[in-house]
Amino acid sequence: MARTQPGATPSAADELCDAALSGDRRALARLLTAVENRTPLAEAAMRRFYPMAGKAQLIGVTGPAGAGKSTLVAALIAELRRAERPVAVVAVDPSSPITGGAVLGDRVRMQAYASDDGVFIRSMASRGHAGGLSTATTAAAALFDAAGFDTVLIETVGAGQSEVEVAATAYTTVVVEAPEMGDEIQAIKAGLLEVADIIVVNKGDRPGAHRTAAQLRAMLADTPREARPGRPSPKHPDVLLTTAPTGEGVAELLAAIDARRSAEPSTADGSVRLKRAEAQVWAVLSDRLHERIRALEGPIEEVAVAAQAGSGSERSVPAAELLRCVAANELDPYTAADRLLEMLTGTGRPGTVFANRRARKDPT
Amino acid sequence: MTDRPIKVLIAKPGLDGHDRGAKVLARGLRDEGFEVVYTGLRQTPEMIVTAALQEDVDVVGLSILSGAHLTLVPRVCSLLRERGMDDVLVATGGIIPDEDVPALKDAGVAAVFGPGTTITEVAEFLRANSRPRD
Ligand SMILES: Nc1nc2c(ncn2[C@@H]2O[C@H](COP(=O)(O)OP(=O)(O)O)[C@@H](O)[C@H]2O)c(=O)[nH]1
Ligand SMILES: [Mg+2]
Repeated sequence: MARTQPGATPSAADELCDAALSGDRRALARLLTAVENRTPLAEAAMRRFYPMAGKAQLIGVTGPAGAGKSTLVAALIAELRRAERPVAVVAVDPSSPITGGAVLGDRVRMQAYASDDGVFIRSMASRGHAGGLSTATTAAAALFDAAGFDTVLIETVGAGQSEVEVAATAYTTVVVEAPEMGDEIQAIKAGLLEVADIIVVNKGDRPGAHRTAAQLRAMLADTPREARPGRPSPKHPDVLLTTAPTGEGVAELLAAIDARRSAEPSTADGSVRLKRAEAQVWAVLSDRLHERIRALEGPIEEVAVAAQAGSGSERSVPAAELLRCVAANELDPYTAADRLLEMLTGTGRPGTVFANRRARKDPT
Repeated sequence: MTDRPIKVLIAKPGLDGHDRGAKVLARGLRDEGFEVVYTGLRQTPEMIVTAALQEDVDVVGLSILSGAHLTLVPRVCSLLRERGMDDVLVATGGIIPDEDVPALKDAGVAAVFGPGTTITEVAEFLRANSRPRD
């Protein structure tokens, strides 16, 4: 199967990679688009860039909408730039599940830094692909990393599973909370607290901020020290207070982020990296599987005929036909998946699909 | 995937402090299936063009009420060209007198949408005229 497309010939891809690595921001931006769209160019870029990455510090910033994440990211940019540290931001906002469109508004709070060459801000729509979001953000982070941005901040709304996943694949996960979101503390306890390395109570200028921080600290003190079977071992995150618009507490936050980097070098780092690697490889594998299964499509009518006759036809069964059988409750999803795998690995006997299909009426 | 959404930057150059119209347009285009980066008020041409570059947008939409369009819009267009973004479509909306339209078109603006334009019309124009994507 030809992997090259117009605009993504090997030499054009190489040229774009070279340009991006030598500081051409437009080239980098185009590679980021390729990564988002999972085009062949993205694969070429990842082959080039991935071996050069691995140095940058990935920081996930997540929490409920309106907690002040974007404002806090802007404040972190300011703090990092004071130390002349280059910083890249990937700001994710949800796509509409109905239209596929999105309003990406995080940049509004960060525009003041847009003209600084040591800052690169990229907005991304979540696009609702399961597991795909963290693949896209991880790949984007790898490109930034190789291009010399040694701090990469990834902002997501900590609402959906995939957004939490993104935060969890970062080296340091900062969960941002705000006072007067009182009831949400319970919700945060369930999902986000498990992935938090640092909890920030933002809007420190608001009444109740100190109380919220105290509540969170008390709640964390109750968390068991030992992992329960089947659960990730509990983290014991620091709780910090910030006021993002004035920058109060932000230097301390950055110090806490940096301290994690130097305090627990190999072990934590290693396990997070492994988790990230696993997620990436699985996502690519699932893409590849989809691709190859779709390629199994054969002439539908002939198969439909074979199906009706109930004959053990030797013809391969198109994925679409299998799906229709599952949709009509004529075939269970496990058998369908097994058949597809068998067909891919060349061990399948296509006719058996229909044996199962007839047999399903029998109570088992 | 060629069916990925068209990415649009909506910016408000100039000093006026109203962005209701720009926000309505941003949400309207989202509902038409576009990915819309919104950058907020009081953007300089340099800020707008840097954002367009980093975001790799297909379209730059400039919403102007302040009357400074004859200086700001051509500046955005020339900066886009300078930075290699000739293929990015520029459209403007807001309050722009008819007699200024030719000058904007000469500067490289593809469309000037008046106050009566519907979001569907804008969406259709962008779908038909933005650069092909790979
Ligand atoms: N009073 C106060 N308002 C804040 C603070 N941080 C952010 N905000 C405001 O909270 C709103 C949401 O901020 P934003 O950063 O967009 O939140 P996000 O949705 O979590 O990214 C904005 O109006 C900010 O100006 C803070 O520390 N104190
Ligand atoms: Mg935000």
